[in-house]
Amino acid sequence: MIRLEKRKEPSKFWRIANPFLAVLLTMIAGGIMFAMLGKDPITAIRLIFFDPIFSETFGSYSRPQLLIKSAPLILIAVGLAIGFKANVWNIGAEGQYIIGALFGAGVALAFFPAPGWYIFPLMVIAGAFGGFLWAMIPAILKTRFNTNEILVSLLLVYVAERILAAMALGLMRNPDIAGFPGSRDLRRYEAAHNAELIAGTGIHWGVVAAMIAVIFAYAMMTRHMLGYHVQLAGQAPRAARFGGVSPARLVVICLGISGALAGLAGMFEVSGPGGQVRIEFASGYGFTAIIVAFLGRLNPIGIVLAGLLLGLTYIGGELGQMMLQLPGAAIQVFQGMLLFFLLALDFQTNYRIRLTQGARI
Amino acid sequence: MRKPLLRLDGLTKAYPGVLANDDVSFEIGIGQMHALLGENGAGKSTLVKMIYGLVKPDKGQMVLRDQPYAPAQPSEARKNGVAMVFQHFSLFDALDVAENVALGMENPPAMRDLAKRIRDVSEEYGLPLDPNRLVGDLSAGERQRVEIVRCLLQDPKLLIMDEPTSVLTPQEVEILFRTLRQLSSEGTAILYISHKLEEIRALCDEATILRGGKKVATCDPREKSARELAELMVGQVLTPPERPAKPKGDVLLSVENLSLKSNNPFGTSIKDISFQLHAGEVLGIAGVAGNGQDELLLMLSGEIPSPAAQVKLKGQPIGQLGPNARRVRGLVTAPEERLGHAAAPDMSLTANALLSGAARKGLVKKGFIDWKKTDSFAREIIAKFDVRTPGTHVLARALSGGNLQKFVIGREIELAPDVIVVNQPTWGVDASAAAFIRQALLDLASAGAGVLVISQDLDELLEVADSFAALNEGRLTPVRPAKGLTVDEIGLMMGGAHDMHPAHEAAE
Repeated sequence: MIRLEKRKEPSKFWRIANPFLAVLLTMIAGGIMFAMLGKDPITAIRLIFFDPIFSETFGSYSRPQLLIKSAPLILIAVGLAIGFKANVWNIGAEGQYIIGALFGAGVALAFFPAPGWYIFPLMVIAGAFGGFLWAMIPAILKTRFNTNEILVSLLLVYVAERILAAMALGLMRNPDIAGFPGSRDLRRYEAAHNAELIAGTGIHWGVVAAMIAVIFAYAMMTRHMLGYHVQLAGQAPRAARFGGVSPARLVVICLGISGALAGLAGMFEVSGPGGQVRIEFASGYGFTAIIVAFLGRLNPIGIVLAGLLLGLTYIGGELGQMMLQLPGAAIQVFQGMLLFFLLALDFQTNYRIRLTQGARI
Repeated sequence: MRKPLLRLDGLTKAYPGVLANDDVSFEIGIGQMHALLGENGAGKSTLVKMIYGLVKPDKGQMVLRDQPYAPAQPSEARKNGVAMVFQHFSLFDALDVAENVALGMENPPAMRDLAKRIRDVSEEYGLPLDPNRLVGDLSAGERQRVEIVRCLLQDPKLLIMDEPTSVLTPQEVEILFRTLRQLSSEGTAILYISHKLEEIRALCDEATILRGGKKVATCDPREKSARELAELMVGQVLTPPERPAKPKGDVLLSVENLSLKSNNPFGTSIKDISFQLHAGEVLGIAGVAGNGQDELLLMLSGEIPSPAAQVKLKGQPIGQLGPNARRVRGLVTAPEERLGHAAAPDMSLTANALLSGAARKGLVKKGFIDWKKTDSFAREIIAKFDVRTPGTHVLARALSGGNLQKFVIGREIELAPDVIVVNQPTWGVDASAAAFIRQALLDLASAGAGVLVISQDLDELLEVADSFAALNEGRLTPVRPAKGLTVDEIGLMMGGAHDMHPAHEAAE
């Protein structure tokens, strides 16, 4: 008979080991899925997880892509993780990402075609502000009217998507190309272009911003009073109030930080790899970043590793589509399985599974 | 010697890491009032859970009326005439008395019959109850009656009572005792669990004392002094705290017309509370649980703000200030609930030292935490207050209740406050640690601080307090000097018997 025993303290070993185990289980389950689709599982797994980096044929294209895909994931996840630690559940980073991109692109398009060094910094500020503003809607509704931030932030993603479509078709549409939706290509507007900083590496300003965010988040969570308050509020709300933490202020700060970082990610994307405001601009980074945050154990360093891994699955998925005609949804299934396995495995950080002899009543 | 009703023979129960009961044997006679005495963690609860069928012993047997008795579950115990009144009531606020009683019965009769039986039984035993009243509207004493009447309806031969007087005023205790004596004279044995020695000496004719899971003695409590019983319980000689007499100083904390409307229909509102606390004074506030103690503490700590002038510290209005601003000005508090309120369970002791220490100890510079300094602050508390722990990295929830209490109270005392407010300072702490905490509070007062102790333990308050007031349904009585107060007077301050009638007066 199997019995579950609650551990006195959560197991440190399983906390670290579970993400790795979850990746392994995802590979195995994914392999079985590919086998059922009639593909060779070994080839498929290799194509997704190893070839983007190690293959000679694809590597030169894929390697820079890794940072391009991972940077927005890491940037968003770092912000989300701070909120998650405080029990503030921002599920709508995708929406804040879109609004940030629109604000950034809006500044660029307003200045077009003027040159000027100040345009790009202004876009950065606007992008962060856009994401912040969009996150303030659930924050204020929660603190004033006690609404649930999970629902409000999630539903605002769909509102943001409608706004994005309206902008791509209307206000921000490129007036020089009649009939096509989508804005001007910001990559062709030098003052607004988030260009590759070191050729062949994929490093753009978004990657730099992600690194800075990781360092700041790490320092904040381990050394700053705000990080201490975030953890207190998440673990013991009554103790937090005793310690002088105002719950409403914390909700605003957490949603504000994660919204601003998601907005930044959107702005760096639209001015660089994405290039223009299009209807299909949003590619799910805001949702995948939730997986990144959990896989990285809400820890800034862990999030870097998890972000690189999930970035890899994006590129590997594209390769798989190209080379093996894997369905495009396969990669979402992969990401979903990863979170699923992780949450299931996390059970054993708090519980011990015991096999006992005979039945107990 | 009376005829035995229940004989326990070598009962042993081990939990991972602790031997809760070790070879415990004793007898309860028919109609006997038998006390089970011991400190927190001595194994009293485990023992009665075995008798009531909630826990199965590892070793040993029980014999009930000359028949082997091994209940697998409480319903089997009830069928054998064993009933139990728990310390924490299992009642639904939104249901009426009769409905609550019916919920605890195997085959409840029709509601109208049940209501009549409740009325009859409650009158017979001097515990008048209206079966149609909502439990949410009842006082703690009346709620306990519901539990007792629920047991009496099953005509028990053995009634187990777990710390029944912790929620009662002295007058209510007197009524309860008359009922218990009546039951005993009719042949119902009572197993009475408590650590209140005077009560046991007044009520019981035999006492079994447990210490560390083992039986240390069975004796007649009326032949021993309370002090002898306490020393048997604790296993060491106790010294009462010392306090040099000192004149009252300036007013440090003054509260004027403080009120708070509770937003919970069964919560307690604070009604127009006023008092003053002087330098060097220990003010004790008594009251039965749930009469506004928690709310008062939250309003003094700053977790619930009030109009600024209603709370003044050294003449300055602080009603609008939050907890840290009050700490900086010299007012610290220690709430009753240690785990989750006074300390964060999943954080280390170092991180918990920061919780209230941040504001007063200079542990934070420009928002950044000085972890080294914080850790040495935690070490200081551990050393001074004899907190038993392997180190400061240990999580708060891994500490035993008493050790965590020492840490929390120690943390606040180490902040060298001008005014300290503590709620239930020694709750769940063993006798020697309790004496240590009381002494530390007295030392703080003799060094010139104002000390406000909120407690449900009257003995504790009479031991430490210079002046005395009581909370009753959110109202505070006028403050009186503690010297010369009798238990009767205190009982009346706590609300007397809440208009309940004693046994027999009602029946006759």
